[in-house]
This record gives sequence, structure tokens and C-alpha cells, in this order.
Amino acid sequence: MKKNNMKTIFLKLRNEYLGRGYAIFCGAVIVLLTFSIIFFLTTKGLSTFINHGYSIAHFIFSGDWNPEGGGKSPSPQFGTLIFILGSTVVSFLAVLVSAPIGVALAVFMNVISPKIGTKVLQPAIELFVGIPSVVYGWIGVSVLVPIIKIWFGGIGFSLLAGVLVISVMILPTITSISSDAIKTIPKDYIEASYGLGATRWQTIIRVIIPAAKSGILTGIVLGVSRAFGEALAVQMVIGNSVTFPKGLLGTTSTLTSILTMDMANTIYGTAWNDALWSMALLLLIISFIFILIIRKLGKRGEI
Amino acid sequence: MKKKSLNLMVAALAVAMTAGIFTGCSSKKEEVKATTAPAATEAALTGSITAAGSTALQPLAELGAKSFLDKNPGATVNVQGGGSGTGLKLVLEGSVEIGNSDIYAKDKAGIDAAALKDHKVCVIGIAAVTNPKAKVESLTKAQLIDIFTGKIKNWKEVGGADIAITIINRPASSGTRATFKEFGLDKKEEAAGLTQDSSGAVKQAVKQTDGAISYLALSYFADAANKEGLNILKLDGVEATAENISTDKYKIWAYEHMYTKGEPTEITKAFLDYMVSPEMNAGIKKLGYIPMADMKAKRD
Repeated sequence: MKKNNMKTIFLKLRNEYLGRGYAIFCGAVIVLLTFSIIFFLTTKGLSTFINHGYSIAHFIFSGDWNPEGGGKSPSPQFGTLIFILGSTVVSFLAVLVSAPIGVALAVFMNVISPKIGTKVLQPAIELFVGIPSVVYGWIGVSVLVPIIKIWFGGIGFSLLAGVLVISVMILPTITSISSDAIKTIPKDYIEASYGLGATRWQTIIRVIIPAAKSGILTGIVLGVSRAFGEALAVQMVIGNSVTFPKGLLGTTSTLTSILTMDMANTIYGTAWNDALWSMALLLLIISFIFILIIRKLGKRGEI
Repeated sequence: MKKKSLNLMVAALAVAMTAGIFTGCSSKKEEVKATTAPAATEAALTGSITAAGSTALQPLAELGAKSFLDKNPGATVNVQGGGSGTGLKLVLEGSVEIGNSDIYAKDKAGIDAAALKDHKVCVIGIAAVTNPKAKVESLTKAQLIDIFTGKIKNWKEVGGADIAITIINRPASSGTRATFKEFGLDKKEEAAGLTQDSSGAVKQAVKQTDGAISYLALSYFADAANKEGLNILKLDGVEATAENISTDKYKIWAYEHMYTKGEPTEITKAFLDYMVSPEMNAGIKKLGYIPMADMKAKRD
């Protein structure tokens, strides 16, 4: 009896608790990891304002980035407006370029020609996701930059080059999420539209896209947030000048490009290094805001 | 059946993870052992040390590490990049034995230079380079400063072609930039220009951009083939060669440092001695650096 009991306990342990325990363990580790990263970033990021006494308003709204001091201002200045603006402009212009293309591709894949869509387009887009960002950047520097120089003038390194590289990179995100959204539209909607005598194009414009709206918006927001976080590819083509961009052909910097360039050469604990951590914290806050927006959109979609 | 395979998978995962943890720990232990265990005899050095930091010094450190291993089988020197700041930080923390740096530790904010011991291993020259289309061979120092501070905006103002000047900088935290600014520009503040992350990227950008001017360490064009597409400027008519640098006729140069925390011991000491030994001189010259023994001029 007792032996039997032991056996069932053992069986139960093996069948139920082993897997569950492992899953709980993994979950706990992930939560712990996330919170410790947030905690670390917050403490490091806030020390610019607490330990070094730099004003937050100056950090966000001033374009005076002079981490060494000297020149016009004797004390080091950490105004990041140029980079915030650079990141924002690049991300939104990139979405402006790739959102219409992404949605059009999604419609084509699901409504106009599902056959080509699943056989050719889907794999092609999935392939795009697998290309590392340094390769995009490299292609950008060796192909896109000379082309821009020849066609549009300037020096080639430009906001435009950054926008184009990023828009290619976020295209798969927008396309695949829009495509998923279109797939989940009830067939009744489309049939009803056809039944009322609408053409295919009218159905796409009046029924399919409005019905998939929240999914498409989610894709776009995810695209913006990916564009914001992308560092390497943009850094290689945007020129990284600490100036506000003078038009599309001008050069500028983004939050992430300054981070990648300076983090290795500044010393942990100095005001300069802490200012970089503050920029990292800013990126975290921005991505947090994007997640909140996506959540809101998702909730609206459910109703 | 399905459950069983799932269990198996979970078990396999658990085993893999534990194994991972153990190997992770053991490799660390090995490293600690290697650095703390005293070498058996002078003749047979064993163990491993790590040198990290400056990417400008990295190729030479790698070469040194390789021939050092040939001479002392069993004594490994791992060389890593990361930048001068990283190198200084890591050696100060004690995570690496040698911190490579392009600049003096005292010049880096946030570094306790008193705790570090400086070992100068060689000298590196830095030359101003332009795109060949600028059609300028030599600049005076005043002209160089005017160009980098944005007073001169077109190459025709200094006798070149009618092309706008584009300044390409390294990041503000770069050691090469610090040296160039100190000895080339007399510490004048540069005008805003493009910034490229690494010397390799600078090289490509200068080749691609018509009116570009930037600066590169001589080790980046030690080979004649590497000079293609670049125009190396003379400064006040003096060419940036090893000879001119060794007599301080050409001023833009800096020591390459290998810092240790306190006095070096055993392998670290042997390696540092080896780096400045006559055996290394040929390799140092071949890579475009200048051996300490060849330097006639001195600088503090």
C-alpha cells in the first residue's frame, strides 16, 4: 500500500510538477530579469539628475551636447534634444514610407493573390527578418549612400539614407502583423460586401482595411518602436553629426547612435557615462509608452 | 506517449542548463587559478592573462600575444578590444591584467591614475587624410586648425579644388581624436561634422565623400595597398613618417600604453618585457607603429 502510494507520488511528481516547476522557474527568472534591468537602468539613468545635478528640462529640451566642456560653455553640457528629434524624425518618416507598402502587401497576400502571397511573398518577407541590422547598414553605406550622393547631391550620408534603411527593416513587421489582422476578419463581412454589389477594390477599401484597423495600427506602432531602438544600421548611414538635420539630405544623430559610439570609451560613473545611461532610460520609457499604446489598441480591437 | 516525450524534453533541458551553469563556473575558476597560481619556474610560464582596450593597439597586441605564445607554449595572452576607456576601467577593476590605452590614464575622467602603472610599448603617429579630389598635398597647422574649426569651408581657400570641405570626426570619447585634437589642433574646439564610429568607417567615408577630411592612425595604412583612395596630408611640409616622428619633426603622435594595476607579475611582466624587446621591433614597424627604442624625442 505504502509502496503503491510512493509510486503514485513519484508518478504525479514526474507527470505534473516537474514540468510545472520548470515553467514557474523560467517565468520567475524572466520577471526578475526584467525588473532588475529596469531597476538598474533607472538608478543609473537618474544619477545624471541626482548625483551630477543636471536639470531634466535641460537634458530633454536643450540641443547643447558638449560632454567634455570647453568651447562656448566651460562646464559639460548634456542636452539631448538633437538626438531625441533625430530618433523621432527617422522613425516616423520610415513608418510613413513603409506603412502604405506593408498594408498593400498584406492586402495583396491575403485578398488579391493568396497563391503568390503564400508561396513567394510570405517567405521573402520572412527572409527579410533574418538579415542582421549590420548587413542592412553595410548595404546602406556601400550602395544607398553613393546613390543618394549622385542623384540628390549632398554627401550621401543623410537623414534620407537612415529613413530608407529603417523603412526596409520595419517593413516585415508591419506586413506580417497587418496580414494576420486581415486573416482574422470574419468571412461574412467580405461576402456581405460582395453580396451588396461592391467590387473587390471597394471591399478592400471600405470593409477589409477598416475591419483590420486595430491590427494594422499595432503593426505600425511596433514598427515605430523597432525603428526607435535600431542602432547600428542607422548609425552607419546617418552621418552622426551633432547638429539638427538641415532637410532630408542633412545629417544628424539618433539616441542609439550616440550610445553605441560613446559607451565603450567613457568611464563608468562619470557624468558623461551617466548621461548615456539617462539616454538609455529615455529609450526604455519611450518603448514602454509604445507598449501601452499597443495594449490600448489591442483592447479596442477586441470590442 | 506524448507526455513522456515532453518529460524527456524537460529533463534534457534541465540537464543542459545545469551543465551550462557548471561549465560556466568552471571556466571562470580556471581563469582565476591561472592568474593566481605562481608559475612553476622562470623557464616555463603557464597560465593565461587578458589584455583589453584600445582598438588602435589591438593588432599589435595580437601579434605580440601570438609570438609570445610561440616562445612560451602554455602562456596565453588573450587580446580584446573595447576602446581605451573600457581598457582602463577593466584593469582598474582587476577584471583584466593589462589595459590598453591610447591616452594617459590621468587624462581620462573618472580613472584613478595613481593605482595604475604605465608601460609605454610603442608610438603611433596620426595623419590628416583627405579625399584625393580635394587636390591638396600639404597644410600649415594654422590652416588645419581653421579647417577643423569651420573657418575654412572650401578647399579652394587653401589652394585645392572648388569642393566644399566635409569634416569627418571620430566620437568625442575616442583616443585618436583626443590625440589629434591635442597635437594637431592645439586643443581648439572642432566644428560639428560627421562622426564615424571606427577608423575603418572613417577610411570608407573619406574615400566616398568628395571633400572629406579626417584623421587616421598610421597603422591604418602601413601597407601601400591601404593608401588607395586616400590622400595623406603633410603638415607644414613635413610628411608623417616614422623618421619624422622619431625626431618630433612631425608632431601628431602619441604613446601607446599598456597599463597594469600596480607592479606586473610573472606572465604579465614577461609579456610586457617581450613587447618592448628587440624581437618585437620588426613586427611593430611592419604594422605601422614606431618602437620605443627608435624614438629620439621624448614627451611626458
